[in-house]
Amino acid sequence: MMASSYNAKEEDGHHSGSSTHGGTGAPKNKKPDNTAFKQQRLPAWQPILTAGTVLPAFFVIGLMFIPIGIGLYVTSNNIKEYEVDYTGVEPNSPCYDCANNFTWNSTTPCVCTVTFTLTQPFESNVYMYYGLSNFYQNHRRYVKSRDDSQLNGVQSSLTNPSKECEPYRTNPETKQPIAPCGAIANSLFNDTLELYYSQPDGNTSKVTLVKTGIAWYTDKHVKFRNPGNDKDNLTERFKGTAKPVNWLKPVYELDPSDSENNGFINEDFIVWMRTAALPTFRKLYRIIQKKPDSTPTLASGKYVLKITYNYPVRSFDGRKRMILSTISWMGGKNPFLGIAYITVGSICFFLGVVLLIIHHKYDTRSNSADIPN
Amino acid sequence: MGMDFSTLRTLISRYCAGEENCVDTRTVYIGHKEPPPGAEAFIQQRFPDNRIVSSKYTFWNFIPKNMFEQFRRVANFYFLIIFLVQLIIDTPTSPVTSGLPLFFVIIVTAIKQGYEDWLRHKADKAVNQCLVQVVQHGKVILKHSRKLTVGDVVYVKEDESFPCDLILLSSSRDDGTCYVTTASLDGESSHKTYHAVQDTKAYKTEEEVNCIHATIDCEQPQPDLYKFRGNINIYMGNEPVSRSLASQNLLLRGATLKNTEYIYGVAIYTGMETKMALNYQSKSQKRSAVEKSMNAYLVVYLCILISKAVINTALKYVWQADPNRDEPWYNGKTESERQRHVLIRAFTDFLAFMVLFNYIIPVSMYVTVEMQKFLGSYFIMWDDEMFDEELGERAVVNTSDLNEELGQVEYVFTDKTGTLTENNMEFIECCVDGNVYVPHIICNGQVMPGAAGIDMIDTSPGPEAREREELFFRALCLCHTVQVKEEETVDGIKHGIHQGKSSSFYISSSPDEVALVEGMKRLGFTYLRLKDGQMEILNREDEIERFELLEVLTFDSVRRRMSVIVRSSTGELYLFCKGADSSIFPRVVSGKMEQIKARVERNAVEGLRTLCVAYRRLSPEQYEQVCHLLTRAKLEFQDQDKLVAEAYDLIERDLILLGATAVEDRLQEKAADTIESLHKAGMKVWVLTGDKMETAAATCYASKLFRRSTQILELTTKRTEEQSLHDVLFELSRTVLRHYGSMPRDASSGLSSEYVDYGLIIDGATLSAVMRPSQEDSNSGNYKEIFLEICRNCSAVLCCRMAPLQKAQIVKMIKSSKEHPITLAIGDGANDVSMILEAHVGIGIMGKEGRQAVRNSDYAIPKFKHLKKMLLVHGHYYYIRISELVQYFFYKNVFFLFPQFLYQFFCGFSQQPLYDTAYLTLYNISFTSLPILLYSLMEQHINMDILKKEPTLYRDIAKNSLLTWPIFIYWTVLGVYDAIVMFFGAYFLFDNTTFTSNGQMFGNWTFGTLVFTVLVFTVTFKLALDTHYWTWINHFVIWGSLVFFVVFSLLWGGIIWPFLNYQRMYYVFMQMLSSGPAWLSIILLITASLLPDVVKKVFWRALWPTTTERIQAKRRCLASEPSTIFMLSQTSSRISF
Repeated sequence: MMASSYNAKEEDGHHSGSSTHGGTGAPKNKKPDNTAFKQQRLPAWQPILTAGTVLPAFFVIGLMFIPIGIGLYVTSNNIKEYEVDYTGVEPNSPCYDCANNFTWNSTTPCVCTVTFTLTQPFESNVYMYYGLSNFYQNHRRYVKSRDDSQLNGVQSSLTNPSKECEPYRTNPETKQPIAPCGAIANSLFNDTLELYYSQPDGNTSKVTLVKTGIAWYTDKHVKFRNPGNDKDNLTERFKGTAKPVNWLKPVYELDPSDSENNGFINEDFIVWMRTAALPTFRKLYRIIQKKPDSTPTLASGKYVLKITYNYPVRSFDGRKRMILSTISWMGGKNPFLGIAYITVGSICFFLGVVLLIIHHKYDTRSNSADIPN
Repeated sequence: MGMDFSTLRTLISRYCAGEENCVDTRTVYIGHKEPPPGAEAFIQQRFPDNRIVSSKYTFWNFIPKNMFEQFRRVANFYFLIIFLVQLIIDTPTSPVTSGLPLFFVIIVTAIKQGYEDWLRHKADKAVNQCLVQVVQHGKVILKHSRKLTVGDVVYVKEDESFPCDLILLSSSRDDGTCYVTTASLDGESSHKTYHAVQDTKAYKTEEEVNCIHATIDCEQPQPDLYKFRGNINIYMGNEPVSRSLASQNLLLRGATLKNTEYIYGVAIYTGMETKMALNYQSKSQKRSAVEKSMNAYLVVYLCILISKAVINTALKYVWQADPNRDEPWYNGKTESERQRHVLIRAFTDFLAFMVLFNYIIPVSMYVTVEMQKFLGSYFIMWDDEMFDEELGERAVVNTSDLNEELGQVEYVFTDKTGTLTENNMEFIECCVDGNVYVPHIICNGQVMPGAAGIDMIDTSPGPEAREREELFFRALCLCHTVQVKEEETVDGIKHGIHQGKSSSFYISSSPDEVALVEGMKRLGFTYLRLKDGQMEILNREDEIERFELLEVLTFDSVRRRMSVIVRSSTGELYLFCKGADSSIFPRVVSGKMEQIKARVERNAVEGLRTLCVAYRRLSPEQYEQVCHLLTRAKLEFQDQDKLVAEAYDLIERDLILLGATAVEDRLQEKAADTIESLHKAGMKVWVLTGDKMETAAATCYASKLFRRSTQILELTTKRTEEQSLHDVLFELSRTVLRHYGSMPRDASSGLSSEYVDYGLIIDGATLSAVMRPSQEDSNSGNYKEIFLEICRNCSAVLCCRMAPLQKAQIVKMIKSSKEHPITLAIGDGANDVSMILEAHVGIGIMGKEGRQAVRNSDYAIPKFKHLKKMLLVHGHYYYIRISELVQYFFYKNVFFLFPQFLYQFFCGFSQQPLYDTAYLTLYNISFTSLPILLYSLMEQHINMDILKKEPTLYRDIAKNSLLTWPIFIYWTVLGVYDAIVMFFGAYFLFDNTTFTSNGQMFGNWTFGTLVFTVLVFTVTFKLALDTHYWTWINHFVIWGSLVFFVVFSLLWGGIIWPFLNYQRMYYVFMQMLSSGPAWLSIILLITASLLPDVVKKVFWRALWPTTTERIQAKRRCLASEPSTIFMLSQTSSRISF
């Protein structure tokens, strides 16, 4: 038994202390270095979480969080938001016909109008969003169905898009590569929203909607780029490619009025390409700039929303909304953060009080208690 | 127990004997000469050449073989499968995420193993290429070692080592002996004598050797170093002469020739068949309790993983039942996807979910645990306090796998001699016929010149007594296996021998023998040397007496005695026998037994080691008979050991008692303090010794194993002779249980004052009776249970009269008892090897009895006292560290993956990953790996001085208490809670609104990045909250890894990476940071995640503090204590990097 267990330790020399440390020499070399690190005696701060030490932290957190929370909550409450659902599910809703008579191949756009009243004026810049519900932009098959290098203007990817774009990679009939390829691009939101203000005198005036500044600066200027040479005509630069199947017009006609907002760098397109995190989402559509004078950006009163209804959502029980919102430093209306801050702050404060009691009741006891030996 | 050294061999040979009868024999032709035609026809066998292959791989098979071995590990295999799944099917994450870490690990391991193997190749080559002198056709020629074949006659010079296993044919010495040291084989540095066969010892030159015409029959190679049987047939003239061969004829590869000019030997085992090579196998790997918990947790997480995947797959198909959800117009499938069978799709989806969640079992945990163990073990080696100035040795770590097990020890099995005691034997007194002799000057084993005086305590003896006295002294001078070292190299200067003076050295594997022979020297009888079978003694009158050494009946632990048969110069034949009193007294027929017995008992109570000496005069006829018995026994192939034992039994009888000796073995420094600390730490200490009960008990009292208050329970042969074993056992168990039944269980922790602690003494014979497997009645099977029950309630147990294998049996019995306690065995001698190997943790003491124990141990320390720091400080720290490491790893991965699981509910169960690929890959590898690794190397929840001062703290971590299921569940629940807080925090923040000041929207990658940022910070802060020992390195690593995460994220999103086919992370992190609410929510979510853990900690500490926590608090109160400041300033002044 001994013989079989006898084992030449030199075999696994890397575990053996003597061989790893050159300690095989004279005995004197074997004396370990007396350094603080090797003796595990590095000077150190040794904090302990006791009721006493944590108490102040809890009170501080409580006292800081509650005001922050109140501030956030008030800010969020001051934000004005108005939402119009124009899906057209209910038979009496204005877009019911458009929603029901939708066909992919219709040549005449279906237009419907929704009237609504703002009871309060909207000050400062007003942001117009469209919102979709039950739309899974975060579905894996959907998220990856794009070609970032094509969108970045790489010529080879333009003519030969990534396989990830399947089945929206090539046009099934002409076999031409689709630009922009993929499911995301193919399903670009293409309702047109226009806003009219019904003045008290009965006239309607069109509200100016700014369509730039809605996408990330870096996306617009770096990540997305039109292919080819800047001097060429955009139509030329997309030559040999097909438009996405569901699009009504090719990519180079997204905004013929502004060459800086056409093709891949069209901001509506860029906004759409940033896939939303959750199935109910909104995307920035237009900005209503505040007026130079002190009149409110959107005065209270009656408004008419004119919708060119191109985008079908009924098939998957989706909803379409138009949202008007003002913005504060903390973004849109969202009471969550304020409430959460107040809650966490209150809990901390409450725990602080409980700990204070415990600290007074028990800590003295445990300190005086003898340590068993 | 120095004497037990040879015991082990005998026992082992016995143990092995059973398996061996089937072993074939081989026939070797010396010098490749065919036997004469008349001889039996032998079948020529094929033998391997003398190539030693210790390497595992060759150049060609390295990659396949190494890969195969690495992927045999379950973890690696698991990750390989994940990787392959990722390659084959369309999965949410790219194969890189699991492939990169896996291949990193695999390649690093392969390089390490390849390098080690390359070193082995080099070493093999050096060994195989070295030149060996071989006799061929009457001439000595040089050959490469690897070309040696069985049957070659090899010529070896002094200080050379043997190239293969050789049968000694002849040596430069006339008596055909040679001296050999086997230090490199078994660590015994003493010189051993090997003998040539009588008929060949005369062939002393290469020409003569070439004339030997003989064959050798011997067994096939087997790994037992001390066992060999064979026969040599020498053809001289017509009649072949047959002689038996035994291990004293076999020179082993690896041993070195000493004090002999040259030898000739014939190779019988070569290459991989040598005994050394056969012993190269590694010992079975020990696994720590922590590792077992870790594997159990892994299984749980694997179940979680699979159930997550199954749940998601099932929900996916429920959800997709509506075709408009499965394939809405905006998100079409490809044609091939549509045509795939639904079952295949479901299976693929299941695999995809597995891949998505596979990070819950991280590769990096294995790597981190390995690194923690390997690097952590350096602290043991570096420990200054475990360095022994005297020996110049420091602690050695032979395996780093068991570091944390040192913090879990419940039973300590310790050897007595050399472990508890110094094994520095000192002759105290001898007693001849009741007269006591004490040497005059005792100076630590060094004999002062002219110290031949004797203190006579009793009245001066008459002439008859004087004769017996001298016989006693002669007996002690003759009856031993001590060698005289003829020259000693000290500092490179060779000292000549000064016979009889203080500069001669005695060497023996047993320090008792040396002490006795030195003691005799002080009493006037000096053993000079063994020359040509003559033992020379210098008597009081400075005359040299010569005795012819006829037979040595070697020591073994079953007989517990040894004998020699000598012929005096006057032709009288004597058998001298010395041994333990219990083994001598039954064989004694006359002598002053009563007086001697009384003296022996008195000495034993004082803790001295006693031996009795007896003799027997043999008539020539009796000697003839003895010779006959012995040769017959030795010639026998099978059952040799049994026959030899029987022969010894017949020879060692009818003895006349001469006297007894007493040798003192002092306790090791701080042994008592160490044992007391171990007791306080809740460990049960068992002393296992071969010594006799009284001696051992005295040592136990001295070392505070037993205290005055300890109630001693005896389970010894003496008692079982009076009552039956059955009754004794039941009585004892009743005694113990009555007491314990009346008091609550937890009071047994040793704190209450009226607590009676029990000590048990059991001897080897009774123990074997207890352990004997049940034969006739079912009752005896219960003995073991009752015995264990008694032991469980005893704080200290002394097992005396133990054979080495019994030591291992005891350890095994305790190990396999129903609580499965963690055992630790500590010993210094070869007789402790079996228990060191058997116990969970084996510790070797760098003692005097060779380095066998050290080599077979998991850890080796210079002195017993170092055990205290090893267990109480290092063990405690390692346990705390690794348990946090394991729990933390599971926590941070459940925290990591659970949001991804939740996200599936919001993305149509489409396996969309929440985090970017880079984050998925690097989370465990770089963002969160270093802080925990450093924690697991540096953490000190309590100062080490306090740990040493307060051994009770060890109880806080007993029974794997930090890795119990409730704690594991707490960590997992905490992880799930944090994940929920984090995920839904981000969810509500993102829910249908914007949180930028310019109205722009964020997408899913910002969502993931927000969650991931909170995750990394929370996980790191959680560790920061758990860290009790903040050195500058901790600060550096913890804050550094957070900074690294931020810098990496900025960089990762700051550039359009040309080699990537997606740019989804472009500016995501920066955009997120540009939003105020994102910052606010990060702060909020981190606070909310950490809050419950902090509250739990604070409340628990305040309401139910553990001893550890109380001491931490106390230390805080006394923080301004001068000693602490002194210590801190001292340490800070010593930093030197």
